[in-house]
Amino acid sequence: MPPVATASRADRPTSYDLAAFPPVTGAEEEWRFTPVERLRALLGPDFHGGSVSVEVDDAGPHPSDPGSPVRVERVGRDDPRLGQTPAPSDRAGAAAWAGFAEATIITVAPGAIVGGPIRVRCRGNGASTPDAIHLAVVAGTNAQATVVLEHSGCANVAETVELQVAEGANVRVLAIHEWDEPSVHTSSHRARLAKDATLAHGVVTLGGGVVRHTADVVFAGPGGTAELLGLNLTDTGHHHEARLFVDHAAAQCTSRVTYKGALLGAGGHSVWVGDVLIRKAAVGTDTYEENRNLVLARGARADSVPNLEIETGEIRGAGHASATGRFDDEQVFYLRSRGIDLATARRLVVHAFFAELIGRLGVAEMTDHLTASVDRALDASMTPAEIPSAAHTDRSEEHARL
Amino acid sequence: MTVLDIRDLHVAVDTDEGTTAILRGVDLTIRSGETHAIMGPNGSGKSTLAYSLAGHPKYRVAGGSVTLDGRDVLAMTPDERAKAGLFLAMQYPVEVPGVTVSNFLRTAKTAIDGEAPPLRTWIRDMRAAMEALRMDSSFAERSVNEGFSGGEKKRHEILQMELLRPAVAILDETDSGLDVDALRIVAEGVNRAKAATGLGVMLITHYTRVLQYIRPDRVHVFVAGRIAEQGGAELADRLEAEGYDRFLAGA
Repeated sequence: MPPVATASRADRPTSYDLAAFPPVTGAEEEWRFTPVERLRALLGPDFHGGSVSVEVDDAGPHPSDPGSPVRVERVGRDDPRLGQTPAPSDRAGAAAWAGFAEATIITVAPGAIVGGPIRVRCRGNGASTPDAIHLAVVAGTNAQATVVLEHSGCANVAETVELQVAEGANVRVLAIHEWDEPSVHTSSHRARLAKDATLAHGVVTLGGGVVRHTADVVFAGPGGTAELLGLNLTDTGHHHEARLFVDHAAAQCTSRVTYKGALLGAGGHSVWVGDVLIRKAAVGTDTYEENRNLVLARGARADSVPNLEIETGEIRGAGHASATGRFDDEQVFYLRSRGIDLATARRLVVHAFFAELIGRLGVAEMTDHLTASVDRALDASMTPAEIPSAAHTDRSEEHARL
Repeated sequence: MTVLDIRDLHVAVDTDEGTTAILRGVDLTIRSGETHAIMGPNGSGKSTLAYSLAGHPKYRVAGGSVTLDGRDVLAMTPDERAKAGLFLAMQYPVEVPGVTVSNFLRTAKTAIDGEAPPLRTWIRDMRAAMEALRMDSSFAERSVNEGFSGGEKKRHEILQMELLRPAVAILDETDSGLDVDALRIVAEGVNRAKAATGLGVMLITHYTRVLQYIRPDRVHVFVAGRIAEQGGAELADRLEAEGYDRFLAGA
């Protein structure tokens, strides 16, 4: 029997205990699109440290000084500041939690306004043994900061990113995945927003054989705002999956989700699942989520599943959209008949598709880098003789429980 | 002086039912400044001729040659053909969502010229060309052909032709679906390009109406994949009076 998304997201178990999640078979709703065997090693319980390094750029004059606006610390598993965000909601998240030996905590002092981005570099050294890394960003009341997480090299890594955004704080996080080809990566981002907190969250996936990203964002107090943006370029053999959950547990919160993906090569597979839950207490909610995919090659597949659950009628707005378009033979011919070569034509169309989104990621220091990386990924994805075809497969499902 | 020389061109398409021959030996020479009207009934292969010359991958050349000033057009990719000086104004221009007209035109101009046009003169030229075609300046920021009316699409094709300045333009039923005002505006654009650059024109049409605005030097009647009769502008008048029945009976 095919799995069906009927259970409410509110009923999904969450736990820090790996044993609470049975071994993954691939038939489960939250795993049905995933090539489970390719990331089996990241589902626990065995992790070996040392294959991924986590370095934080010197963010202030004295990052180790307790009085510094930004502090960076390496802490053990038992640090009480860890585990203050929603508990893992799948086995990958629980395994990452169970597997890390040392965590990095970035603390932004209450009221501190940090100008430039705090850059965290996660680099894989090529070892195939599974590693687990853990990062926590703790932003104090009314603090403002931007954190950029850069992932590169070759790795087999389960990652947790905890985001604690205190009352009135404004945190921007941009995670960039530029893994080398064979990398396998699970990432569990979990954010807790206090009253009037703002989170601007971006995930850019340009490389990596398997990247499965989940983001659970809970509004724990009223008046919060969350923007979740995503961009993926998915080439031949890549599986790029994003599963998002915005939990409107408090009143008068606003969320916007915009994920866009371009499928560049045959066999590329992208998955977007956007769960939004508006609980009974969340009156005055305003939410909108959308996923757009652009298919540039035959045999690529984009699965797109928005799920919107609404438990109160007293909201300001709730909507979702999902669409998959193609860059087909006729478009290619039209552009080429105007002198534009195939590589330029693809760049033109993909740039147009992503331009507004890259601007919205809002980290000026990274914009040029991202644009150049998109071009590199595009050029790498094609051979000179290759002409994309109109033939492709795409699937789109929508479930809305109103 | 540019010469487009088509010799004994045979073209087929592959379908699920097998290969179908559509062009069966086309001979035609177009020189700079000349306007050749290609007229004929539906299904005679006029559009196939247009798309084959532009290099659409659906059409397979089964024989013959096409040269532009002696260069082998059939060996070129579609973008190489455009750079060599060919332009096809399409009957059904294609939507390219997200790509603005302005970005598209500048990218095409850069590709054709081999260098980006100077920004200031380019914007001035683009505005002037749009104004001449009675296109509102807001057009520049719309997605290519997306949501365009039939008339807007055709004017956008002529806009590209005027800005890209090809040596030879193939206009594939550019007149179809246009009201008389739009037809006049589009025809003015073609005549401007002829005057400005000595454009050679292959004007494919089903109707003689457009020939009141763009006077052909030669008229070719296209039937069953080849030219069945040729003449001067007076041949068009005769077709207007008699229709294509005379040719179809013998085909």
